[in-house]
Amino acid sequence: MFKKIALGAAVAVGLAGGAYAAGGEAHVENFDFPFDGPFGTYDTNQLQRGLQIYTQVCSACHGLKYVALRTLSDEGGPTLPADQMRAYAEQFEVFDPELDDFRPSTPVDHFPGSALENAPDLSLMAKGRAGFHGPYGLGINQFFKGMGGAEYIATLMLGYEDPPSCAPEDFDGYYNIAFTAGGYPEECRDEDGNAMYPGSWIGMAAPLYGEDVDYADGTSNDLRQEAQDVAAFLMWTAEPKLSQRKQAGFVGVLFLTILSVLLYLTNKRLWAPIKKKYKRKD
Amino acid sequence: MSGIPHDHYEPKSNGAKWLHSRLPVVGLLYDTLMIPTPKNLNWMWIWGIVLVFCLVLQIITGVVLAMHYTPQVDMAFASVEHIMRNVNGGYMLRYMHMNGASLFFVAVYAHIFRGLYYGSYKTPREVTWIIGMLIYLLMMATGFMGYVLPWGQMSFWGATVITGLFGAIPFVGESLQTFLLGGPAVDNATLNRFFSLHYLLPFLIAGLVIVHVWAFHSTGNNNPTGVDVRKGSKEEAEKDTLPFWPYFVIKDLFALAVILVVFFAVVGFMPNYLGHPDNYLEANPLSTPSHIVPEWYFLPFYAILRAFTSEVWVVQIASFVTGGIIDAKFFGVLAMFGAIAVMALVPWLDTSSVRSGRYRPMFKMWFALLVIDFFALMWLGAMPAEEPYATLSLIASAYWFGYFLVILPLLGVIEKPDAQPATIEDDFAAKMAKTGSAKSDTASQPAE
Repeated sequence: MFKKIALGAAVAVGLAGGAYAAGGEAHVENFDFPFDGPFGTYDTNQLQRGLQIYTQVCSACHGLKYVALRTLSDEGGPTLPADQMRAYAEQFEVFDPELDDFRPSTPVDHFPGSALENAPDLSLMAKGRAGFHGPYGLGINQFFKGMGGAEYIATLMLGYEDPPSCAPEDFDGYYNIAFTAGGYPEECRDEDGNAMYPGSWIGMAAPLYGEDVDYADGTSNDLRQEAQDVAAFLMWTAEPKLSQRKQAGFVGVLFLTILSVLLYLTNKRLWAPIKKKYKRKD
Repeated sequence: MSGIPHDHYEPKSNGAKWLHSRLPVVGLLYDTLMIPTPKNLNWMWIWGIVLVFCLVLQIITGVVLAMHYTPQVDMAFASVEHIMRNVNGGYMLRYMHMNGASLFFVAVYAHIFRGLYYGSYKTPREVTWIIGMLIYLLMMATGFMGYVLPWGQMSFWGATVITGLFGAIPFVGESLQTFLLGGPAVDNATLNRFFSLHYLLPFLIAGLVIVHVWAFHSTGNNNPTGVDVRKGSKEEAEKDTLPFWPYFVIKDLFALAVILVVFFAVVGFMPNYLGHPDNYLEANPLSTPSHIVPEWYFLPFYAILRAFTSEVWVVQIASFVTGGIIDAKFFGVLAMFGAIAVMALVPWLDTSSVRSGRYRPMFKMWFALLVIDFFALMWLGAMPAEEPYATLSLIASAYWFGYFLVILPLLGVIEKPDAQPATIEDDFAAKMAKTGSAKSDTASQPAE
């Protein structure tokens, strides 16, 4: 009886996910990120490329208010050399209440917040969005593919398409097949009120078209590559301790597995004389 | 304690005698650790240790987290990010505390359902059961308030929805809700008191855990057969039992280590799996998330809460009879608390004279259905409030109440139980005799 229940409990743990898309169904592509899986870590070069896109494109409107500039040099991150990081910091201005004036940022300051009121802060966006759901709220996809925040961001970057012909021309925003939380014209719904096209209309115009930046390392700067690079960078801003966390988890699992084996043997030995008394005597 | 005859602590040295006559604390520890424990306990009896571990883990990680956390609406979210980014090992502390809550509830549900199957709630263990239910209620309160502290979107809106339940109580509801929140809406006052109570309640739980252990040490443990330990003489009792230390301590520690392997894998490799992405967005009273979903461990009761809408005839009758005092919302609240109340009252609802479900052929099937029902409710609680989930929720809720209020009382009368072993020793010996064969097909396994 309880074996079945234990199995059920294992499935039930998966029930938790329970996150839903708010609008039309969207298909989020399962990109192969280097930080996927229990052993995956960030690719330093990719984070640096992502930082370049963030700096040259995203930061015009968005901010990273929870990310300290010094962490750009941290292990497991973009690992900029200290002097580069200092130089990078100086391009931003921060208000210093002691000086009662603006001064160039230092490593201990954070990235500036969003420049536009409507542009959300991106520090935690890769954890605040889930790319994968279900099926049927069972959390199975999230279990195998991960939460999919970075995949969602990359898909969003690639998701700008020409709006379906049913939409009025002056409908507010830009049609994106990955964005589900935006406006949706009534004209594009069927009789039951269901959305006929994936995604919805997002306030942000397509930020990347391909060849928006020039990569120093010679990596192709097509849109697909850029989208993945910036998504990887935002995953790092959301979870800067990912590598350390996985390492701690690995050590914990290894140590406790050894402890389990030792305790199993101890237990077996401890109970052996008790059990022996009742074993069949043949 | 325990009424089972066994050796008691005898101080030997002069120093030990001196202390024992003034404060018999060593004797108390000795008697607690050496308590005679039925030797046939199976692996479902390990959850108690897991629960103690969880409580200790949550208190230790929680106390350290509190050193870095700021319970203020403008700073709470940022202070959690500070913990995640700047505090040494902070990300592990926070993720362990977050997932520790989930492990706590996995263990408590396994523990509760073990009790329900093997009849651990039956006489003479009713008080143990009631204390356990109080602990469970306090755990839910603590878990709920803890989820509010990071001040994310789900924190804020979860708090708004759940405290809104109290507002559904007729006449006093609104003032009660204001009193709980410290104002008309969830705000800084709410966050402050939730932080204070989230810190306090675990220590009340710890106190109740001591009473819980005291209670079942007074009656002795239940066991998979439900048959009592023979208490005629020490020799007789020793045939049925073994001292808790070292036999069960080592066995339980082994089980705990295996469970912690899984726990560390979750914390290390998928720490946000059981959480909700929306809680990584700072609370915004002006923007309601499209789906407000509580933590997974509340989902079964959340499903019951939502199942009773104004279209359900029971609700309509209740509303008519009470002249509208009980509306759909209040009915849902009553149903939710009622679902826990019927579980707490199970010692008096179960009329069967046989303790363990193992010897109750009809009970087994209804119990299996209850377990399925519980998982179904958990799933339904996470689904949107629309068809077909609404109807399914109603059916699943009806079975929950039906099991406790109708099936259990009836089964005791109509069911013909199987033969039980005469003694615990017989059961243990039968299991051991079987271990020559390759596989045991019995439901429970003997202690290994």
